[in-house]
This record gives sequence, structure tokens and C-alpha cells, in this order.
Amino acid sequence: MKAAVVVFPGSNCDRDAAVALREATGEPPAMVWHRDNALPKVDLIVVPGGFSYGDYLRSGAMAANSPIMRDVVKRANDGVPTLGICNGFQILTEAGLLPGALMRNAGLKFVCRTVDLKVENSQTLFTSGYAAGQMVQIPIAHADGNYFADDDTLDRLEGEGRVAFRYTTPAGDAAPEGNPNGSIRNIAGIFNEAKTVLGLMPHPERAADAMHGGTDGKAMFDALARVLG
Amino acid sequence: MVTLPNEAPEPAEITQALVKEHGLTPSEYETLLGILGRTPSITELGIFSVMWSEHCSYKSSKKWLKTLPTEGPQVICGPGENAGVVDIGHGMAAIFKIESHNHPSFIEPYQGAATGVGGILRDVFTMGARPIANLNALRFGAPDHPKTKHLVGGVVAGIGGYGNCIGVPTVAGETNFHPAYNGNILVNAMTVGIADADRIFYSAAAGPGNPVVYVGSKTGRDGIHGATMASAEFSEDSEEKRPTVQVGDPFTEKLLLEACLELMATDAIVAIQDMGAAGLTSSSVEMASKGGVGIELDLDKVPMRETGMTAYELMLSESQERMLMVLKPGHEDMARAIFEKWELDFAVIGRITETGCLILRKDGEVQANIPVDPLVAAAPEYDRPWEPLPMPPVVTAREVPQPEDPTQALRTLMRSPDLCSRRWIWEQYDHMVMADTVRGPGGDAAIVRIHDTTRGLAMTTDSTPRYCLADPETGGRQAVAEAWRNLVAAGATPLAITNNLNFGNPERPRIMAQFVECVRGMGDAARVLSFPVVSGNVSLYNETEGEAILPTPVIGGLGLIDDLTRTPRAAFDAPDQTIILIGATAGWLGASLFLREICGREEGAPPPVDLEAERRNGTLVRTLIADGTVGRCHDLSDGGLLVAVAEMALAGGTGAAIDTPKDGAPPHAWLFGEDQGRYLVVVADPAPVLKAAEAAGVPAEAIGRTGGNSLTVDGAYTISLAELRKAHEGWLPAYMGSA
Repeated sequence: MKAAVVVFPGSNCDRDAAVALREATGEPPAMVWHRDNALPKVDLIVVPGGFSYGDYLRSGAMAANSPIMRDVVKRANDGVPTLGICNGFQILTEAGLLPGALMRNAGLKFVCRTVDLKVENSQTLFTSGYAAGQMVQIPIAHADGNYFADDDTLDRLEGEGRVAFRYTTPAGDAAPEGNPNGSIRNIAGIFNEAKTVLGLMPHPERAADAMHGGTDGKAMFDALARVLG
Repeated sequence: MVTLPNEAPEPAEITQALVKEHGLTPSEYETLLGILGRTPSITELGIFSVMWSEHCSYKSSKKWLKTLPTEGPQVICGPGENAGVVDIGHGMAAIFKIESHNHPSFIEPYQGAATGVGGILRDVFTMGARPIANLNALRFGAPDHPKTKHLVGGVVAGIGGYGNCIGVPTVAGETNFHPAYNGNILVNAMTVGIADADRIFYSAAAGPGNPVVYVGSKTGRDGIHGATMASAEFSEDSEEKRPTVQVGDPFTEKLLLEACLELMATDAIVAIQDMGAAGLTSSSVEMASKGGVGIELDLDKVPMRETGMTAYELMLSESQERMLMVLKPGHEDMARAIFEKWELDFAVIGRITETGCLILRKDGEVQANIPVDPLVAAAPEYDRPWEPLPMPPVVTAREVPQPEDPTQALRTLMRSPDLCSRRWIWEQYDHMVMADTVRGPGGDAAIVRIHDTTRGLAMTTDSTPRYCLADPETGGRQAVAEAWRNLVAAGATPLAITNNLNFGNPERPRIMAQFVECVRGMGDAARVLSFPVVSGNVSLYNETEGEAILPTPVIGGLGLIDDLTRTPRAAFDAPDQTIILIGATAGWLGASLFLREICGREEGAPPPVDLEAERRNGTLVRTLIADGTVGRCHDLSDGGLLVAVAEMALAGGTGAAIDTPKDGAPPHAWLFGEDQGRYLVVVADPAPVLKAAEAAGVPAEAIGRTGGNSLTVDGAYTISLAELRKAHEGWLPAYMGSA
């Protein structure tokens, strides 16, 4: 699998994503600067976390209009698997690849902690390393992770198996006590219609190493490497 | 660009009142006249004012700072540069420093704290290091003081806002509350970075004719006279100084960091210095002074955020996220391309000369012409009067009543403002970005992996101001010893320290005595523990209306871990393990948290610090961790033994039963005394530890066993971990959440 990581001014999880990809695939991904007009030929596009453009205006809004994003949107629409993590999720919603929006956390504060998640759909490129309903622990670190979409959209997401992960209590209940940011229906990550684009607020690349944050995120990179060769 | 009216037209004449307003004493002004041989221009007066301010010149502290040990085989660069540099093996170096942003943070907590983080990050990456961790040490006033909650919320958000955005994890810190900080909070920020040992960048300018280059943000009118503000006491009208607080932009700093590191990978840079306190003035003067050269700047070329800025304003602005560099000739275009890629300003604003003078031009006129060497060399240095302080009486255990139930006293301690969980604070900091945080906040020292290796750096910030107030010399020793102990408990070899000396007004003999004695104690400890001081910062005049803060010498300690797989946990995470107490316990309750929180008495001499015992005990513990004998370890500090037991129990989710000794210290003194140089280790088989301790001449005794869901003392007193956790985790969120 050949992967590319898009780098914007203010990206700060680009290296972490690159390390996780390198560990899973055995080769470092291409790092693509936001001003480039085209991605190299790759099997996976990763839009990493951070504070692209300082989160000024609105998280992800300016990055979504970077030159490289035209090609990211085109490739994603052509079916190239695309993963947006944290700020990357925000950028993918701003770019129209995923529905809904990420608002300021309900508690109004930045939150960095390891959270309990339930895998809602394990039948995708990204989640085939998990069992359906499996509980995993992955860190979050964001101020704008409060997912919102209208009821029709949410019903469609749920009906089409497009909710990837939900925040839960340690016991696995998608209850308010397990929701760190106020996301509607406890949604932590969603797919596009074809399930080739995943956006999620938790950071799987921070849980890809036993010495740092556990290994529950590693399963995602390993699965991608396996499926995409 | 917005044109603002020039609010304060510059005076044509240098009057006595103007000199005084610039914080220069009559004798300092006489020295200035001697150097120039004429009346200064307003720009020159401003330059002398900031360069000779306490903040920039260390005029009250220099004499004593010189007594601190600064050398060792591990030291690559000691104090005097932007940050200290130590060798961490394998061709790599760690670069680190701590710095205060106390005064601005009290006036504008978010921006004050944020720019404190931004400033210390620049100090570290200006030397060629990629920052890998931020730490902090915070002191606030009494929780019930009307300003405290607002200040805690603002400072924490500011630290997080800057560090999270730039993408450097905030991995450790300390936060305490005391009424002595009601009018002067402390915000000390520390950064640790890593560089190749043979690619470290210094600030000494060289090469007449070489271009002087300005990069980063544009210069505005913010922060003018910040350094002078930091060199005077506060009064009731201190909030009027809000315009002197700078505004931070962590996004620009992230770009500046990446652009600088990209340029540093080439061989274009002769010297580089960040623009921190006193901005363009101190950066240009320090670079010229260290290199023994002159410097000429054309201020019209400085990138400006506002129109109509004068030479005075440009030289004194403390706008953030700026750097000054001297480049090798012919490298300007390549360097410019890098900074333009990162969308930052880049301007050649001057050149290095042979004149030895700082010459500033603006609007076609010379605005300043100052010989650099006298400006720096003739900076005042004072031997301020001080008088020995009386020693407080020793409080014996017999004078302190036993609590009815020690586990309920423990509960009270664990929910007290100084011992409760800081989770509410550190969950607002991204402590995991860069994916190398092996141990984050909430334990002894934090541990950050050296990227792509199995080696790591342990780091901590420590100070116990109540000890320093009671006996500054012992307090100074203790701060260094505790930092050393924290690193040892994390399995690290302590390397070196950075210090942040926060005190009141040095013109008062009592405050000066606190300073002198603290420095003496720190020096003693640093020598005995081979733990030299490689960088630091002094913050004086932390007083409001004559009320000084507690003497607060914060120690930032750094240690090296050769094998991260042997990193001990500070937790009870399995039942049926033996808990061993290492170090001697006399049961010292004077100046303890037990005495203050349970008995309401803030008094007594602090626990003595036997540095030889400290070293002996720590060396034993480090050996036992390194050879794999011990995998669970925690140091003892605030609150004593029972608090340490409770912290390990909560961290690992396993309880314990411990027994107080039949003879020796009375139970409450044994359980809550704050004797120094002690550790808890937890092992399946106690024999090898006890044997090694005996051979090393270190006191060690088995005091209990792990297991269950509660803590039990002497089989008679019990508290469940659930109740303890609720008390420990509950206080701070409840305090900050309450309206």
C-alpha cells in the first residue's frame, strides 16, 4: 500500500500519521504539501490532525480550499480510500466529502483523553480489523469535535451503516456520560456513501504503539495495509 | 494596514521625570551619560532602560547566580545562551529552559500564559532543537479569592491554546494555591527540545558585512515596556498595564518553527536569536555583544503591522513570533524562499559592522548610536543588603494531635487544593501529540521517548514554597532534591536542571535574604547530586502593595532513560505485592501539609534535607530499577507516606494494607511526616531489595501489602478506593465548575 499524507500550514499530527503508516506498511508515505496541485498515485490519502491555518475562521474551513484539496476531493470521489483524522475530519466535512459539521465541544474546552469507543461497522476497508460491536480505547484531543447533522442525515447515516464509531461508557453504552464533546447520537466517526472515506475525531495514530496510547488504533492501519496491499 | 493615531507624541526633551519613568536610577543615568558622552535620544534612553531592567540585566541576582554549579561532563552549554544544552548520547543533545511570564499572566491570563509558552518554545528552537515537550509550574492565590478562578481558567486555557496548536505536548506541571499569590500569580513555562549535538545554533554574531535578517511576524505596538513592567512591583492600577501584554499567535509560531528548522538544516546561519523580552533591542544587542561586533539596522525595513511607528516603538515592541538572524553572505535568496514557502515575513534589515556600535537609522536619520560593549558590560550589578532570617522552631510530633481516623485525614488531604487531582487542568493540554509520550501528566516525572528509539527523557518541575518561606536554604535544597528524586523514581539518570527563581522585591533585605539563602541551598544540592544548572530565569518584584509571594524557586529537572522497557509504574497494579519504604522516617510534621490542612497550622521548620542520604537512597533505587529488580516505584513528597500509598493505589486500582511501626515515630507522624529522600517500591519478593538496601547502608522496611479495593491502616482504619477517588478527583472540577 502506498499512502500520502497531506500537510497544511499548522498540521501537527502529520508525522504521527506517517509513523503509524510506516509501521503498518513498511514504507514511509509521501508527504504532500498543501500548495501542490496533484497527489502522487496512491492507494490511501490521509488528511491528518492539527490546527490547519490556526483553526482561524472555522476549523478546517481554510484548508478545505487549499490547492491540493481539489485533487483530494477528485480522487476520493473516484474511490481512492481517504482517512481524515481530527482536523482532517473537519476538513473533509468542510470539503463536502462527508456530511455534517464539527462544532465547539459542548463543555467549551479542549479535551485530551483516551475514550471508549464502540466499532459500529466492521465491514469496511478501515475497520475490518475489528469485530462488530468491539470496544476500543483511542485518544481524542480537540476543541471542536461536537459532531452535528440534521435528523434526516443522521437517520440515513445510521440506516446505511455509515456510523463508524460511537463514544460510549466503559460498559459500552452510548450514553451522555460516555460522550466527551456533545456529539449528536454519540457519533465519533462516519463514512461516505461508498464507505471509502472515513472521518473521525479520535486519533488512531496515537494508539498504534504499546508504549504510547495502546494499540487499538493500530488495527485500523494494519487492516488498511492488508486490504490495500 | 490600519493607520492609528500616534497616541503619545514623543517628547523632545529628556527630563528627569522621563528618566525615572524609564526605571533608571539617577546613578544609572549618570553611567549612561558617561558611556554616550552626551544626552541620549529618546530611542537610546528606551534601549538603556530595557537592557538595564532587572528582567534583562539580572542586576540584583547576578552576584548570587554566579555561585551555582554549571558544569559537568554532560553539559554542552550552560547558562548565558537562549537555553541550556546537555549531551544525551548517540550524537544527540537535549536543549531546555524554564521562563516566567508572571506579571503579564496576572493582568491578562490567557495571553500572558500563551505568550509565556510561545517565548520559551522560541528559546529552545532558536538553538536548533525540535521541541518535544512543554511543562509548567503555576501558583495561584487562595481558592476563595475573587480573582483566582478567573486566573486559573484563563492561564490553563492560554497554555493549552498555544501548546495544543503548535503541536508540542504539555506533559507535566505543578499547580498550587496560597493566599500569598493573591496579587501575583506565577506562570513558569518550560520547554525541552532535541537536536543533533553537532548542529546547535548560538547567538554570537560574526562577520562584518554579513546580513542581519528579520523573520516571522510583523512588528506592532504590543508589549512595549513589558520587560520594564516585569521589573517593578504591582499596585492597584496594574490592570491599566494590559496594553503592555503581548498577544500570541501559535499558528505563526508553528510556521516559524518549521521554517527555522528547515533553514537550520542548511549551512546558511551564522547566529540566531529570538526576539523575546525587549524584542529587537535585546536580540540585536546580545548578538552583537556576544560576537564582539557592531550592528547597524535600517528600521524602515522592519516589517510593520501599523504605520507611523517610531524607532523607539520598533526597538521596544515585544510583538511575538519573531527571530533575528545573521546569515552568511549570498544565502539570502535561499533563506527567503524557505520563509516565503511558510508564508512568513523575511527582511534584510541591517548588517554586522566592525564599529562595535549599535547604530539605528530611521527616516534617513541616525536614531541611536550606542557602543555595545559598555551598554552590556556597564549594566548595573548590585550587592543588595540582606540579613539572615530567624529559623522557625521545630514542631515535634507530640505537639500535634493524632487524628481520630488516619484514613479520614487522608481523605481530607487528597481533596485539598494542593493535593487533589489536576486532571481538570491537564486534560485541556494535548499531552500526546508527537506520539512519544510514554508517561504523561499525573505521575512523578513525565517521560518522553526520543523519537524512533527506545530511549527517553524524564522531566519534572518542582518547588515547595512553604519550606522556602520557613527556611529558604533548606527549601532551596529540597526543591533540587525533589526534582532529582522524581527523575530517579521514573528510572532516569538525572542530568541537569533549569531554574526559575520567583521572589518579591529584592530591595527589601528580608526578600533578598530569601533569595540568597535559597540559591545557596540549591547550589549545595546541585553540587552533591551532580545536577548542574544549565539555564534559568529570575523573576523579582512579585509583590503587590508590599505583599510578597512565597519564595518560589522552581526547578525544572531533566533525566535520561537508556531503556524505556524498564520504566517503572507508580502504581499498585497487582495484589499480594510487598510495599517497601526506602529512606529514613523520623516523622517530620513541621511545615507539612498535614499540619496545614488538618490542624490549620502553617508553621515550623521544614524537614531537613540530608543530601548524602538523598544521593545514597536514590542511587540504590536507580540501580534496582535498572537491573529489573523493581518495576513499581513512587517518590514521597507532599503529604508523606500515606498520600504516596494512596496515589499508587488510585493509579493502579489496587488497594493496600499497611502497618505503622510499633516503635519509632508516632503513627500520624509516620503516616504524614514529610521526611525527605524517601521512595516506595513494590515487589513480589522483598528479600533482594532489603538485602541490597542493607549492603548500601540505606534504611528500608516492608510496610504492607497490596490487594483489595481499599486502604487499611493497622487493620483498624479503612477507606475504599472509590471514596478516595471521588474526593481526589472531585475538588477541582467542582471548584472550577461552580459559578
